[in-house]
Amino acid sequence: MAGTAGGIARTEAATHAYQGRTATRDPRAVRWLLLAIGLGFFLVFLLLPVVIVFTEALRKGWSAYVAALIEPDALSAIRLTLLTALVAVPANLLFGIAAAWAIAKHDFRGKHLLVTLIDLPFSVSPVVAGLIFVLLFGAQGWLGPWLQAHDLKIVFAVPGIVLATVFITFPFVARELIPLMQAQGRDEEEAATVLGASGLRTFWHVTLPNIKWGLLYGVILCNARAMGEFGAVSVVSGHIRGETNTLPLHVEILYNEYHFAAAFAVASLLALLALATLALKQLLAWRATSNGTPA
Amino acid sequence: MLPGFRSTLGITLLYLSLVALIPLAAVFLKSAGHGWDAFWTAATAPRVMASYRLTFGASFAAAAINLAFGFILAWCLVRYEFPGRKLVDALVDLPFAMPTAVAGIALTALYARDGWVGRWLEPLGVKVAFTPLGVLVALVFIGLPFVVRTVQPVLENLETELEEAAASLGADRWSTFRRVLLPMLLPALLTGFALAFARAIGEYGSVIFIAGNIPLVSEITPLLIVAKLEQYDYVGATAIAAVLLACSFVLLFAINGLQAWSARHNGLEGGL
Repeated sequence: MAGTAGGIARTEAATHAYQGRTATRDPRAVRWLLLAIGLGFFLVFLLLPVVIVFTEALRKGWSAYVAALIEPDALSAIRLTLLTALVAVPANLLFGIAAAWAIAKHDFRGKHLLVTLIDLPFSVSPVVAGLIFVLLFGAQGWLGPWLQAHDLKIVFAVPGIVLATVFITFPFVARELIPLMQAQGRDEEEAATVLGASGLRTFWHVTLPNIKWGLLYGVILCNARAMGEFGAVSVVSGHIRGETNTLPLHVEILYNEYHFAAAFAVASLLALLALATLALKQLLAWRATSNGTPA
Repeated sequence: MLPGFRSTLGITLLYLSLVALIPLAAVFLKSAGHGWDAFWTAATAPRVMASYRLTFGASFAAAAINLAFGFILAWCLVRYEFPGRKLVDALVDLPFAMPTAVAGIALTALYARDGWVGRWLEPLGVKVAFTPLGVLVALVFIGLPFVVRTVQPVLENLETELEEAAASLGADRWSTFRRVLLPMLLPALLTGFALAFARAIGEYGSVIFIAGNIPLVSEITPLLIVAKLEQYDYVGATAIAAVLLACSFVLLFAINGLQAWSARHNGLEGGL
């Protein structure tokens, strides 16, 4: 994501010899103080929020927990969340590959601007991201009258949710691939085309094997965000129970109706998704380093 | 020249335009279409001004807190050995992966009066949930990874020779840190700060549960956009959105400049 600086395999080489050398050793008191502050901050701000999701979810016992997950509205929210990710992730995967190929393997004017624009969703508020689609497709929007005349519904319906999710998640794959493909250069692809391989064949047999872990990593991040997006989807959804509720929106509704245990039960599904995402990310970082492909 | 340039660039530009650029342009055109007076009245109403103060103030404070604590955490992760280091390292990205609504209700439960953290703050007279302080807590949570993840790789790539040289010239650890390390880390620190700040300004999901959303007191700007939309006040919603969006663009280019500076400064691969 913005800030991970594109590195899936952070150099594990970070030698931990610092404390063994006089020049780079911090005084013992400083070391303990910094560790206490850093880990205390980590504990309060990161660990406790995850732990409380699960304890609150199980507060009323396992049967209430399971009941909250298999009631019809929850199931329809799960279905809609899966459907949204199933459309948004492949679409953004194709976009990410196309963008990375154009940007990393070619030189052209305005490249820097294009890379900056791809980062747009990271700095645009999710609420604004939702609003733009209401302004375009809503009843009062530009295309609203035309859509109504043809009996089409985008906003406050599933297409709007998918569109808003696509907007929020389009940078993820591209951002992983661009630095990775830039770092790998163009020699191998140029050799393949000189030997007569077509563009697609070159990509499939030469580029893809080199970028597969980074690609998978981008897809996982994209998927996590697509399933978890709240603000943008909330604006375009209309909150119709059983129809336009995704999992995060279902959490909100349950919470606002004071069904706290049920809200946390559904939230725990999303928290598990987040933890699984981090675990997979770690696994991929380990794969990438052990394969010797710098990422 | 590799094949596929025109087609992939074409797909990229078409996709970007359809999904992002044209819809975003709609906000500016829409708000321009209502006239300057209507825009100004909607964008500077007292309730909206109060929300700007809270959003920008809390975002700045949260980014500053993350700057300090994120730096310490990154330092611990790179420089010190401690049990569970890898686990801590992996979990730092949690705010990226955790859906904001989940973070919102979890933080509210923690900082409510009878919550795990709230019950210790209550006797001290500190109320977090449903006050502006709650907004700050939520923004610290979602901004936490940014500083850690921008400083960490730079810290890992630092040459220890510089510190050794400083030490051999008689500098103590503190002046080595202040005069040698800090200047080298500054661009990365500022980039992390700006990323956390930009993210905090637009944040919605994790804040609205813990903020209490009291008009003029604990309403953030994105929430007001939603509130206006729910009242079918499209003029008001669009005007506020245009202000936020303008800030996003300024920050986006500022961050890009910072990242380029940081990359040059540290001799790392640019173009991220």
